[in-house]
Amino acid sequence: MKRILAAALATAILAACSSTSTKEQDAATVEDRGGATTQQPATKPPVASGPTTTPLDPKGVSSNPLKDPSNLLSKRSIYFELDSNIVKEEFKPLIAAHARYLQQNPAQKMTVQGNADERGSREYNLALGQRRADAVKQMMLLLGAKSEQIETVSFGEEKPKATGHDEASWAENRRADLAYPND
Amino acid sequence: MNPGTNRRSHGSEPRIQLTTSNQKKMKNLKTALLFFGLLFLAQAASAQLRIEVVGGGATQIPVAIVPFRAEEGLAQRLTPVVAADLARSGLFKIVDAGGMNPVPHEPEQLNYAQWRARGADAVVIGSVTKAPDGRYDIRFRVMDAVKQTQIAGFVYFATENQLRLTAHKIADVIYEKLTGDTGVFATRITYVVKRGARYELHVADADGFGAQTVLASNEPIISPAWSPDGTRLAYVSFEQKKPVVYVQSLTTGSRQAVAAFRGSNSAPAWSPDGKKLAVTLTRDGGSQLFLINADGTGAPVRLTQSAAIDTEANFSPDGQSILFTSDRGGGPQIYRIPVSGGTPQRVTFEGSYNVSARHSPDGKSFTFIQRNGSRFNVAVQDFATRQVQVLTEGGVDESPSFAPNGKIILYATEVGGRGILAAVSSDGRIKQRFTADVGDAREPAWSPVVNK
Repeated sequence: MKRILAAALATAILAACSSTSTKEQDAATVEDRGGATTQQPATKPPVASGPTTTPLDPKGVSSNPLKDPSNLLSKRSIYFELDSNIVKEEFKPLIAAHARYLQQNPAQKMTVQGNADERGSREYNLALGQRRADAVKQMMLLLGAKSEQIETVSFGEEKPKATGHDEASWAENRRADLAYPND
Repeated sequence: MNPGTNRRSHGSEPRIQLTTSNQKKMKNLKTALLFFGLLFLAQAASAQLRIEVVGGGATQIPVAIVPFRAEEGLAQRLTPVVAADLARSGLFKIVDAGGMNPVPHEPEQLNYAQWRARGADAVVIGSVTKAPDGRYDIRFRVMDAVKQTQIAGFVYFATENQLRLTAHKIADVIYEKLTGDTGVFATRITYVVKRGARYELHVADADGFGAQTVLASNEPIISPAWSPDGTRLAYVSFEQKKPVVYVQSLTTGSRQAVAAFRGSNSAPAWSPDGKKLAVTLTRDGGSQLFLINADGTGAPVRLTQSAAIDTEANFSPDGQSILFTSDRGGGPQIYRIPVSGGTPQRVTFEGSYNVSARHSPDGKSFTFIQRNGSRFNVAVQDFATRQVQVLTEGGVDESPSFAPNGKIILYATEVGGRGILAAVSSDGRIKQRFTADVGDAREPAWSPVVNK
């Protein structure tokens, strides 16, 4: 009887713990965001005659907030005005979310990749992209991320997301992207 | 994926000067051993460049180029290449050399009155014979049709693979003797071709022939720069998911990352002695100029100290100062700083966007890209007078660099949505377009003249 009670109590505590951590700290559940949690459910159904079962596609229930479309952390792009490296108001929540994530995961590294539109010198555009990446990093440092966690690099105009030669494409390419090592 | 590199090997070709002669027998005065950087190609690039000349010089020297004796049998005939080189420069008018009987190959066979009647100021004659060692003995003379004297005469010994280069060398001699400037037909160019998602670094002869892929990658390649001796290229590759500066030997194909610091590494520029590179690094925050050893040893020495962008360094020919692009004054402008450091001086004042400066070989001027409204054009500015001449009317010109004789500026532009290479004479009169069969060509750089 005592044994059963003890076992029941332990289960209850565990349940309480796990529910607390999922509710209050979304990010904390993904310490091991290396993909192990998404791999596990992918066990194959036993080979048998009769009805076969298929496990649910794990993607929909992934606990990795970096990949969760409903989580701000899945948003990775910050757009800039022409000749500007000023982070616009609308992108500050996104940057803040990633800064918090880095703060809560001190071993986590990130690369900020700056980009520029195609007009003008390739090397000067490389420097403009770098300046955008640096601006994003600077904001993250103010919000608690550590400098060692973030490398800023630039692709300049070399890896355009939009390949048109018009303002719509150029605006799309004046951008900084946040990249995690296992993306 | 690792980009592949190809090897180039070197060969040599002795050149003997022919004496001024009224005699049939030619005397060898001196022998010069020339080393050429052409030769063997492990992998020929599939797209050749073709060049169209879009303008012409104010005055053109009329020259007749008589087919050399016994050149019809060669795998590569020489005189058509010589004539094409000279014509493409815009400085020569090729006089019809056909229908002479007999066809002259030696000075005493020349009927100067006939050549004068055709309007030729100079006549080029020559012959090809197979030497006992299997090479070709190629001798030619440039004759002054007015004074009826020899202007130049040389013998070359060339293998079959060196015939085209020999023709360029002959064109260089003619160009030099008749214009007084150094010929650059026997030099090479490098450029990047983008085909779909693939990037290739090419090296080709200055006339666009013989293109070879020396690096192929699935990530961008930019800013190739020739070492002063023409044996190495520095460039920026994004294969490590960020810009890293490499130096690659064209003789062995081996390559080394010489600037792969935290952040971005870009814009390599060689010092004239080939020992150092000026590069743009962001490792201390911001894009700043640093000097590094070209072999990647030692620690970078910071050259500029600003909160702005400092990039696109280019050494002066005397190695004493560096031109670079900086937006410390607001928009990007060209500045100059001593190699030993110090306070940069702004050198461009016209316009709000001046970038990508490259010194002329004599150090008296520089070429750069100037934005005029929404157009980006090649311009030249004289250091002493500060006078600016805009040389092109296109809209999207980039990456200008001087030919080693200072007479031509090679640059990248766009026609019909495709990147092409183009060239303009430094006086703006003569324009050339290099068209490739496929892909976008960009980021050109002209090799130095080596082993002259």
